[in-house]
Amino acid sequence: MFRRERSIPLRGSAAALCNNLSVLQLPVRNLTHFGVVHGPSAQLLSAAPEGVPLAQRQLQAKEGAGVSPPLITQVHWCVLPFRVLLVLTSHRGIQMYESDGSVMVYWHALDAGDASLVQAVFARGIAASGHFICVGMWSGRVLVFDIPAKGPNIVLSEELAGHQTPVTDIATEPAQGQDCVADVVTADDSGLLCVWRSGPKFKLLTRIPGFGVPCPSVQLWQGTIAAGYGNGQVRLYEASTGTLHVQIDAHARAICALDLAPEVGKLLSAAEDTFVHIWKLSRSPEGGYIEVEHCHGECVPDTQVCGARFCDPSGSSFAVTGYDLAEILRFSSILSPVQQRKGRPNWPTCYKQRRIQSPTAHRSSPLPTRSCCQHTVSHW
Amino acid sequence: MLRAAWRALSSIRTQAVTQAPVLGLPGGGCAKLLSVQRDLPSRPGGLILRAARGYATQKPVQPSHEDDPLPSMLLKDYQDIPGIEKVDDVVKKILSLEMANQKEKLKIKKEQLMKKVVENPKDTGSLEARILNDIISTMFNRKFMEELFKPQELYSKKALRTVYDRLAHASIMRLNQASMDKDVLLVTFNHLDAIKGFIQDSPTILHQVDETFQQLTETYGGLSAGEFQLIRQTLLIFFQDLHIRVSIFLKDKVQNSSGRFVLPVSGPLPWGTKVPGLIRTFNHKGEEVRKAEFKHGGSYVAAPKEGSFELYGDRVLKLGTNMYSVNRPVETHMSGASENLAAQTQESIAPNPLAKEELNLLARLIGGMEIKKPSGPEPGFRLNLFTTDEEEEQAALTRPEELSYEVINIQATQDQQTNEELARIMGEFEILDQPRRSASKGDDLLAMMDEL
Repeated sequence: MFRRERSIPLRGSAAALCNNLSVLQLPVRNLTHFGVVHGPSAQLLSAAPEGVPLAQRQLQAKEGAGVSPPLITQVHWCVLPFRVLLVLTSHRGIQMYESDGSVMVYWHALDAGDASLVQAVFARGIAASGHFICVGMWSGRVLVFDIPAKGPNIVLSEELAGHQTPVTDIATEPAQGQDCVADVVTADDSGLLCVWRSGPKFKLLTRIPGFGVPCPSVQLWQGTIAAGYGNGQVRLYEASTGTLHVQIDAHARAICALDLAPEVGKLLSAAEDTFVHIWKLSRSPEGGYIEVEHCHGECVPDTQVCGARFCDPSGSSFAVTGYDLAEILRFSSILSPVQQRKGRPNWPTCYKQRRIQSPTAHRSSPLPTRSCCQHTVSHW
Repeated sequence: MLRAAWRALSSIRTQAVTQAPVLGLPGGGCAKLLSVQRDLPSRPGGLILRAARGYATQKPVQPSHEDDPLPSMLLKDYQDIPGIEKVDDVVKKILSLEMANQKEKLKIKKEQLMKKVVENPKDTGSLEARILNDIISTMFNRKFMEELFKPQELYSKKALRTVYDRLAHASIMRLNQASMDKDVLLVTFNHLDAIKGFIQDSPTILHQVDETFQQLTETYGGLSAGEFQLIRQTLLIFFQDLHIRVSIFLKDKVQNSSGRFVLPVSGPLPWGTKVPGLIRTFNHKGEEVRKAEFKHGGSYVAAPKEGSFELYGDRVLKLGTNMYSVNRPVETHMSGASENLAAQTQESIAPNPLAKEELNLLARLIGGMEIKKPSGPEPGFRLNLFTTDEEEEQAALTRPEELSYEVINIQATQDQQTNEELARIMGEFEILDQPRRSASKGDDLLAMMDEL
């Protein structure tokens, strides 16, 4: 069902962190941005749909107090209503850049004040919720930054206290418009999940205990939390109440990344056992319960996967990074998106662009050739 | 570790009383890096240096030639090719230690030494075992261990390389297989168990190792799984981008030829992980509503029991056990000292298939050789007995003029020789009585071919 596409080469190999791949999809400009952490530096590159790398940039972790060079823990693009920011978390602090990584707009140094000598100090876990950006810390606190529509005037608005162990990942979902709707989930090293409602003051709604198994990755979709655990399980909870709905024994090793394609309800899980699985989430018609169906499993041989993301909103292609691998592996569905979706077909962007550019040429020229993209379009 | 032992031995041979540069690596460089970060009273490199020095001054050992390898033994690279015994005597002689230089002899001697040490763990009287004991007792010295256990940041590659050059363990490179995080601790315990096996008869050293064990349990036993993950991820940063191929790993198919480790998709699962394949659905009351299965592509079995974290116990985990132990199904052909991070890439098994090809070529050449006068610039087949073309040109330049030679055009495809012709050539192909000691093997062969 999926075939391997051309890999995108990286300048430095990927580090063995969790969630070590961030993808920013720009369908309007026909570009995809990828971000991978190498160690003390992070690599950003933008690629055309066929995987041809176009531009490349490396960002270094900002030095602060300390002896050894600081290591980056995560890089993530935050899509806010009026702008897109790139956030880098490291063992020294939090750096925020413009979406292409050109200008640093904000730097927040970590305060190691109350950390004991044995504890490592770092920031990890990045997500955007409305006009806030939430970043987790080694202490379990979550920093909430208020981002203005333009400019560097970023303010630390709140510090959430819900966790006792280092935060691993944060997931958010656009608010559905009603009251009491959970739209932020934070996870930590003990497996505890905290469910919040965002706003000028964040409110803690529920806690879901984890029994000591770390939860490296978490996602939120239509009020359902999908959490991947260190023992290879993926569990789906109801966000508002915290009840467990589905438990999947998905992987043989610790899960390192989860991603969602929210338009179609597809969940991607990747683990260190070299497997990547795609699941279809749906609501059952009778009780409205969440149901899971396994769509596809892909084995990436001899690769300790450390990051996986969908590359387009319909979930028909995804990218994978592996520890010590100096390339981003890409996979895409063999079925064309026209065949995949039911209902009105969504014309692919490249076709739309061609139409806008030369309406007369369309009538006289033949079908868009295969070399443009893998979409097949029926001629009118 | 054993490489350090070998170095110590070889340095003893060259000088009766050792001077400062015993172990080759400057202890000063190591100290500088470490003391910048912490005020260490003792330097790990220095301790080993001191031990080796102390050992050397106590018992000046004269280099002995009794246990030199036999001159009829084959070169190391050609030893384990299947069918090597059936090869012609002449070829065997060429490839034997008779013709070889000192370096080859040393290689074989090193290997024999290694075999002796590993095969006789109970033999504490022998020289090799005594060295091992000394090194282990230095390594587990209390003060050193205390310093090591202080929480500190990851050293740079250079500093750690210095330390690891002396304290080498082959199985540390299997770190990226250790999954459920307590596995890392079990792997360390496996290492310690193996070390204890080496030093069974010496109670003081055993006590030291036990103390280290306890310190390990104290420090790391209380860590959570998440903290272990962080330790593991930090250690993996150290190993990132090192694609050093280690021959025993290549032989065991643990590493493939590109340097990447093989991650098996079958086998036992870590303790606490269930076999993948099950989807269980619950309703809001917590009752199981549905159970479905999916195909997950690997073939795993659940772990039989949890590994023991006690001083003595069944670790269950196979990672970290001694890869050099004798009772392994693989043929015990240990390629040099225990490989460590500073292992050279020339130690990979690539020469073996190459050696086979060379042998084949030689056999073909002897079978179908035709000597004729150089008749113009025929492309033909140019035999290069040197590693690079430049070397060949250089050798050609430095050859004395009296040893002129004709260009021998070898047409390996044509096989027109009759048996008599073959016998004549073989008769002329005789070995000189005294093998000449020349700078390269190539010169010898060329000179021999001149006599044809």
